[in-house]
Amino acid sequence: MLNINNLQASIEDKQILKGLNLQVNPGEVHAIMGPNGSGKGTLASVLAGRPEYEVTAGEVTFDGKDLLELAPEERAAEGLFLAFQYPVEIPGVSNINFLKTAISEIRKYRELPQLNAKEFLNLVKEKQALVEFDAKLTNRSLNEGFSGGEKKRNEIFQLAMLQPKLAILDETDSGLDIDALKIVANGVNQLRSPDNAFVLITHYQRLLEYIVPDFVHVLYNGKIVRSGTKELALELEEKGYDWIKENVSA
Amino acid sequence: MITQVSSSLYQQLINSYDGLISPSVTFEQRRKDAFEQFKSMGFPSAKAEEWRYTNIQPLLNDTYQIGAHLPGRAVNLDAAEIEGLDAYRIVLVNGVYRKDLSDSVEETGVFISSFSEAADSDILKKHFAEHADKSDNPFVSLNTALANDGFFVNVIGGNVVQKPIHIVHVAAADSQTFIQARNLIVLGKSAEAEIVETFINEQESAKVFANTVTEIVVDENAKLEHYYLQQSGSVSNYNNHTEIIQAKYSVYNNYNCTFPGVSFVRNTINVRLIDADVESHLYGITLLSDRQLVDNHTIVDHLKPNCESYEWYKNILQDDSTAVFNGKIFVRPDAQKTNAFQQNNNLLLNQNATINTKPQLEIFADDVKCSHGCTIGQFDDEAKFYLQARGISEDQAKTLLVHAFAFDVTERFKNEVLKQHVNHLVELGLKHA
Repeated sequence: MLNINNLQASIEDKQILKGLNLQVNPGEVHAIMGPNGSGKGTLASVLAGRPEYEVTAGEVTFDGKDLLELAPEERAAEGLFLAFQYPVEIPGVSNINFLKTAISEIRKYRELPQLNAKEFLNLVKEKQALVEFDAKLTNRSLNEGFSGGEKKRNEIFQLAMLQPKLAILDETDSGLDIDALKIVANGVNQLRSPDNAFVLITHYQRLLEYIVPDFVHVLYNGKIVRSGTKELALELEEKGYDWIKENVSA
Repeated sequence: MITQVSSSLYQQLINSYDGLISPSVTFEQRRKDAFEQFKSMGFPSAKAEEWRYTNIQPLLNDTYQIGAHLPGRAVNLDAAEIEGLDAYRIVLVNGVYRKDLSDSVEETGVFISSFSEAADSDILKKHFAEHADKSDNPFVSLNTALANDGFFVNVIGGNVVQKPIHIVHVAAADSQTFIQARNLIVLGKSAEAEIVETFINEQESAKVFANTVTEIVVDENAKLEHYYLQQSGSVSNYNNHTEIIQAKYSVYNNYNCTFPGVSFVRNTINVRLIDADVESHLYGITLLSDRQLVDNHTIVDHLKPNCESYEWYKNILQDDSTAVFNGKIFVRPDAQKTNAFQQNNNLLLNQNATINTKPQLEIFADDVKCSHGCTIGQFDDEAKFYLQARGISEDQAKTLLVHAFAFDVTERFKNEVLKQHVNHLVELGLKHA
């Protein structure tokens, strides 16, 4: 589904990704861990098409298409979803109107018939229940005045509404208390299917107790330096990132 | 004192005054006095403080025919259509009331007519040129001197007009024309009305420069909802003066919207809160493009205690357009316990767009609550990327963000149909790369 080959990217002439390789297949959940400054956030930003980042080498294909050639909205319409580390507050744009516009634009891109008002509202109700998102928040302005936990849950609600093929969760666990973390994890687990895939970018092993990954990768200094199964995360938790740093420089 | 300017228009007016007075309107002495006043003041120069950012000289140096009544002229009103608005429609062509094109209103206590039809009205006599002319604006004096047969809305005390009154101002000229439009709105005690004024021009019209004055009296406990929808095309140029007098317990809400098209607009909106316990709201949405110049000059004049005023103007500027916002709040010595709020926010969508904004507070009372604020910004790239990352195209994202920017003001629109209409006009007025 997603093939990343020798990806190199920089921001303001500072190279962050230095030849990253990753393959994600349908049905898989990958966790990408790593110390601060290793390039985790850059990877998420480059995949979603954030304009400040410049790809200097390498290629990324998504279902056979050259992802890097697509505008951010086209990537989303192709089925890529980024749950933001810091979801943006947009006063004056209601959550519901935002979702309606997004779904309408994506369906237009995919040449699917538009949902009528009733179908849309049914979908909203269904997904709200699935990810335990407070119905009151749906009618408010997008993320305005939401708590940190509510913003993250809104990301998962949007994920449920847009039903992407590949979802990248950028430090979705950061700033969540344990109850909110469980709700977010439960939402993701409900949405897992043999047809879609998840990439969890996280600093801590804690999230992986609730969303069990098939693969764990360690990103350090712009490259994936180690890959394994969920046991690798436990080992990291025990030994810390210094263990990786020593191994890499050795 | 305004420096006299010898523009070609000024000379033309001085030389031909006697032949210009519209025969259908009376008040001969008031007009003569007003003309003398205009003569001594002249048009404002670019050095006049209130005109510093709005250069009116190019308009004054042009040549015009003065007034053009065009009786019987058929006009196309499609551009003024407001979908879903059930209203009385009143039509003025070049500032002249056109009974043949207007609905007749058969409600008790509600009189809508031309000035000439109401020539014997004591209320008209009482208020005509008694309010706006005190503002020392040469355009007002000139308008009083040459006033056309405009509209007079008179709602007798205790009556509530059942439908909105939609006034359509059509500019239509075969050659360059200078128009004097004069109107009066009087709401008696506890009367209520909603007035929507739309400005359009005939598609094939020559250049028009309209000098409009509207005096509005809102008597005790009366309530007026007043919308301005400036939808004219680039042949149009407007200098609009609105003078509002509010008595005790009255409420006046003004919603002032300007859209791409019209070349030049100067709106002067003066609200005089002459009694205690008055409430006034002034809202503005200005969306411009190309080389438009739109200047909104407001005065909120608190003269008595316990009044509340609330003003919020938003400008969205594209291309090489320029907007001016000048908001002056006076709190006079008697106006204790005043609560005055003013906010102006500007969104510049192009590096060639310009905003000149000037909030002014002059407070002479000591127990008041006044605040003002002003922001100038551009698109929030982070917000735009967030929307795009959800599959929303860049154009659509910009539209959503402009709506969001305008939202604080548009959500205050009491009339839901007009709120939708304005949102739609904002959408139409946004240019996409």
